[in-house]
Amino acid sequence: MSENDILIQVNQLYKIFGDNTNEALEFVKNGMGKDELLEKCNCVLGLNKINLDINKAKIQVVMGLSGSGKSTLIRHLNRLIEPTSGEIIVNNQDILSLSQKELIQFRQNNMSMVFQKFALFPHKTVLQNVGYGLAVQNIPEKEWNEKAKKWINRVGLDGYETYFPGQLSGGMQQRVGLARALATDAEILLMDEAFSALDPLIRSEMQNILLDLQNELHKTIIFITHDLDEALKIGDRIAILRDGSMIQDSNPQEIIMQPADDYVSDFIKDINRARVIQAKSIMTHTKVKSSGATVKEDMVLEDILQIMSDAPSKPVTIENSKGKVTGKIEMDNLIQGMKRPKSQGTNITG
Amino acid sequence: MEWFFNFPDMSRSDLREFKKTVDFAFTDFSRSYGAEIEGFFEPLLMFLVWFEKFFINTPWPLIIFGILVLAWIGSRSIPVVIGTFLSFMLIGYFGMWEDTMSTLAIILVATFLCISIGIPMGIAMARSNKVQAVIVPVLDVMQTIPSFVYLIPVVMLLGIGKVPGLIAVCIYAIPPIVRLTNLGIRLVDKDILEAADSFGANYWQKLFGVQMPLALPTIFAGVNQTIMMALAMVVIASMIGVKGLGLPVLRAISNQYLALGLMNGLAIVVLAIIFDRVTQKFGLRMQKYRNDSKD
Repeated sequence: MSENDILIQVNQLYKIFGDNTNEALEFVKNGMGKDELLEKCNCVLGLNKINLDINKAKIQVVMGLSGSGKSTLIRHLNRLIEPTSGEIIVNNQDILSLSQKELIQFRQNNMSMVFQKFALFPHKTVLQNVGYGLAVQNIPEKEWNEKAKKWINRVGLDGYETYFPGQLSGGMQQRVGLARALATDAEILLMDEAFSALDPLIRSEMQNILLDLQNELHKTIIFITHDLDEALKIGDRIAILRDGSMIQDSNPQEIIMQPADDYVSDFIKDINRARVIQAKSIMTHTKVKSSGATVKEDMVLEDILQIMSDAPSKPVTIENSKGKVTGKIEMDNLIQGMKRPKSQGTNITG
Repeated sequence: MEWFFNFPDMSRSDLREFKKTVDFAFTDFSRSYGAEIEGFFEPLLMFLVWFEKFFINTPWPLIIFGILVLAWIGSRSIPVVIGTFLSFMLIGYFGMWEDTMSTLAIILVATFLCISIGIPMGIAMARSNKVQAVIVPVLDVMQTIPSFVYLIPVVMLLGIGKVPGLIAVCIYAIPPIVRLTNLGIRLVDKDILEAADSFGANYWQKLFGVQMPLALPTIFAGVNQTIMMALAMVVIASMIGVKGLGLPVLRAISNQYLALGLMNGLAIVVLAIIFDRVTQKFGLRMQKYRNDSKD
């Protein structure tokens, strides 16, 4: 699958909550901000001119603080929320043109969703919860039972089929949520702060489960989070939202090395750079082998530091996954990499 | 300044005319359509008569056995079953068996009618705010208007008998089931409905697969209340010709028979308690998944 295989396209998407959204939309298109709009039209600006291309079989993280519009954005993809204006293309199909019936079909077959507060059906057993997406398609019970059991096993909940969600811990409940979403075999998985309600250890465990599954299933995942560490761990690309506007959309290394503005800089301020930044982001490009040890492109600074501390004067050779030399790293590169960068764009105060 | 001290009301003759017009209009209406309306309710009357006869003519041990089985199915509680058994034995011993059977018959039919009309009404209310805005004031009127007031037009239309009695009971008893069905469905967690939506459930799948099951405990509280209110109407219904425990109570009031009134009144209370305990236990069992949660 090529890098540029785009599955979902969001074009010029606006969402305004309130009455008289048409008038408000004109104001927003002419550059009115969130606060002014609220004052003038009593409308809340949810999403402001969002453009986003989501690659097939990748994990696209959408990040932002609460109120930034990230949950609103993900709910547009399966039309749980209707946009005020804009275009959403999934698999070359404009989903805003779907009739109610087609929309139901589309949701059954193409997308499934995992929720922050799990949103399991409390009156249904684990088995019935996991099979729900299949049962609403009127698939025979025997068939969906079998599939549901397979996914319950896959998320490690064997033996809990007859339990009710209320009898399970938070982590186990979200495994049920994940299994329920996977059971329909939908190509696209929407995850709305799916792991935010879990405690840190369980969260990290769930992230690993997700990454394992992704290695096997190659779904297109849109993952909402407010946690940068989580975004960096699982994201192939990270989009950052602020007050309904998209501020940056790039791969994780770029976010750290070239934050678009002060807001993003602020976001990445507290992360452990040595543990996140990879060799390829800071190396000096060269095809010549250096005198020191040879390491892979995606090794993080922390590990390179370990190697270099034995022989500080010898530059380390960097090679790509095919074993070809692509660059070198000297002590100075490491120091530069550790330094927090200035934002690239215009500074936003406040 | 006279208007300040005496309310400027309409003249007596105008008022008399007004009342006359309303009365005559309704009398004309009942004269011209009374027969049709009575004909419409004819099957209901036949069913009521048959149902009551069925209760009275079936030998009492069979009835008690049937009731005990139902009480067990509903409550799964030995004390409730024993209590039910003792209550019915006492009722029979004090000579109130037949009246109790009549009352039981009309209460069951009234409850069945209220449920089959009330639950769809509640669902319609939950679906649309406009429908809710129309129905809520109607329910308010039904619950607050003195029952004697709507007895008048009912009797004018249908005369005295079982059917008008049943209608009066239903008017009084239906509001709780409608209100609580509406409430129960509206209280279902929005997140859970969103989840159902996201998996492509249609309206009916959401209603019967998610909303109704989750609203069931609330709906059942409504059924319970409806039964209680129907029982409370028994005495008033007996004024327009419904047989049963209400009739002796009415007789006791007019003749100051303390013992007769007390006995039949207590029999109504006992029926109410049995219905209440059984339906409540049943309602609790339906939400078992909520009770043994882990934390």
